[in-house]
Amino acid sequence: MNAPTVDIRNAVKRYGTVTALHGVSLSIADNEFFTLLGPSGCGKTTLLRMIAGFEDVTEGEILLFGKDIARLEPNHRPVNTVFQHYALFPHMSVIDNVAFGLKMKGMALAERRARAGKMLEMVHLSAFADRLPAQLSGGQQQRVALARALAPDPKVLLLDEPLSALDLKLRQAMRVELKQLQEETGITFIFVTHDQEEALTMSDRIAVMSAGHVQQVGSPRDIYEAPVNRFVADFIGETNLVPVTVEAVADGRATVLLPGGHRMSCAADAGIGPGAHHLSVRPERMNLGTTGDLEAVVERVVYLGTDLQLHTHLDGGQPLHVRLQNSARADLPAPGARVALQIEEGAARLLVD
Amino acid sequence: MKGVRHYPGFLAMTIGCLVVLYAPLIVVTVYSFNGSTSITQWGGFSWRWYADVFTGPEAPRFAAAAWNSLTIAVLAATAATAIATAAAVAMVRGGRFRGKSATFALINLPLMVPEIVTAVATLIFFSAIGLTTGYLTILIAHVTFCIPFAYLPIAARLEGIESSYEQAARDLYATRAQAFRLILLPLMAPGIISGFLLAFIISLDDFIITNFVKGAGMETLPTAIFGSVKQGIKPNIMAISTMMLAVSVLFVTLSYFINRSGQKTRA
Ligand SMILES: Nc1ncnc2c1ncn2[C@@H]1O[C@H](COP(=O)(O)OP(=O)(O)OP(=O)(O)O)[C@@H](O)[C@H]1O
Ligand SMILES: [Mg+2]
Repeated sequence: MNAPTVDIRNAVKRYGTVTALHGVSLSIADNEFFTLLGPSGCGKTTLLRMIAGFEDVTEGEILLFGKDIARLEPNHRPVNTVFQHYALFPHMSVIDNVAFGLKMKGMALAERRARAGKMLEMVHLSAFADRLPAQLSGGQQQRVALARALAPDPKVLLLDEPLSALDLKLRQAMRVELKQLQEETGITFIFVTHDQEEALTMSDRIAVMSAGHVQQVGSPRDIYEAPVNRFVADFIGETNLVPVTVEAVADGRATVLLPGGHRMSCAADAGIGPGAHHLSVRPERMNLGTTGDLEAVVERVVYLGTDLQLHTHLDGGQPLHVRLQNSARADLPAPGARVALQIEEGAARLLVD
Repeated sequence: MKGVRHYPGFLAMTIGCLVVLYAPLIVVTVYSFNGSTSITQWGGFSWRWYADVFTGPEAPRFAAAAWNSLTIAVLAATAATAIATAAAVAMVRGGRFRGKSATFALINLPLMVPEIVTAVATLIFFSAIGLTTGYLTILIAHVTFCIPFAYLPIAARLEGIESSYEQAARDLYATRAQAFRLILLPLMAPGIISGFLLAFIISLDDFIITNFVKGAGMETLPTAIFGSVKQGIKPNIMAISTMMLAVSVLFVTLSYFINRSGQKTRA
């Protein structure tokens, strides 16, 4: 079997007394679009900088194609980076920026100009070759940074929140372009973001991080539909965490007592036993019914265009959000009304706390 | 809040300061163009004292002194700038190391020590190690006291350059040396030029330390002017002073604009 492209084994990073990463292990495969997702300060940039070679690994190891790279200087790693603020060389023209890595690798002038020109064509910036970076818009600078990092044909491309400085429209367009580029080039992308929508739309796999730990690794679907713990459920998308009591577990199914006295059956991961737990239910996976699993009191109805959102609370006072399609319905509940809510089959997920 | 202009006495104070600071300079400049031999009576506009500087009886002495001043200033500023650049890179990019604050104090000490103390100490040092005073001792002394002046604009510039540029270069296969030469040095250039110009002017203008360590028969422009003034002030001294003033103003202005233009092109 082939060694993974990037294999991080129990990597620990300490800055003096601060521990930024507590034993992170990840295996990233060839051609993968892999995303590190997590809130600010969780250690995403630190991990990326350790792969690039700007920070050393306090403990553990990082392997590239099966070889430990701890002793390799950044210029000897077949890894390139798109920096968060691009770090384009301000005194060099766009084409010289893109050709810089090729020049350092010893490629002849004519050849590297031709290749840099091709890279600029790929990011639709051929007309800007002779400008200075300061004469470009943020989006254009971002593309130059991308072209510059891809020009030397790295095995792995590291991207640190490359879209965070762009406006929403451009960001959405760039998501598609980046994904396409990754598929065309077949280069392994390791992408850092704190934007879960970005992560869900582009990634093959996502590692959700918090406070220096990896909480869950999986496909966007896994992460969204089957979060393993409260942190992931809460961080990815919107969810309701309903306190419940597990009464019995048998054959991977649990009998769950809901607030309000109804019971339901749902899948239980290994590690879930009888006792108090939380049930994660996405707002869009509940419906109004005449009878339901939960009973709640409507506080407000929020109009969101394509959707309507009901802000409700259970009898115990816990808030519960419900998202309904904005069809031409006449029976919308008014604030103060009591409603019965049905949870869709398979939509409730029992969490290990 | 009221602007500072509305405080009582603001105008008088401003005028007072400006007069004390600039009136002597204006008088010297104006009287350097005086047609008469008197230094107080105006005798019409003339270039004669400028001609006197270059062709008069004291011309050979001034020429030799000017040559010494110029070569010492160029050499001292070059050496001081090179040392200050290395020091700035170590201080700003070297991370935390033991004795960092002490090093910083050491680099900037010459700015705080009274010049006369430095002058005496330097002279004692040279005689202790048995170095004959002359051109070389002036040069060594100038290199030392020029370092902090070169250091300040260079370090300020470097502090404004994000380390991500060098990291990007290293990421793109540049060695440490290439990252320094191709990326950091060009980005630091405005600070380095500015530091060089300042050091040059400081060296060119120095009198006290030079006077102590120059030895007999050796003159720089400031010591030659002082020597000549001791025999009474002649208008040719005003002409030579005005020329030095012009060079100083030119260099300081240049230094200022180079630093500013550098800041504007920063992406
Ligand atoms: N040079 C450093 N010295 C000390 N602590 C550091 C250093 N760099 C990072 N840290 C700490 O390590 C932790 C992780 O930082 P990191 O930059 O990796 O976060 P991040 O996930 O990239 O966050 P963001 O989304 O805000 O960029 C933070 O708590 C930070 O304060
Ligand atoms: Mg970061």
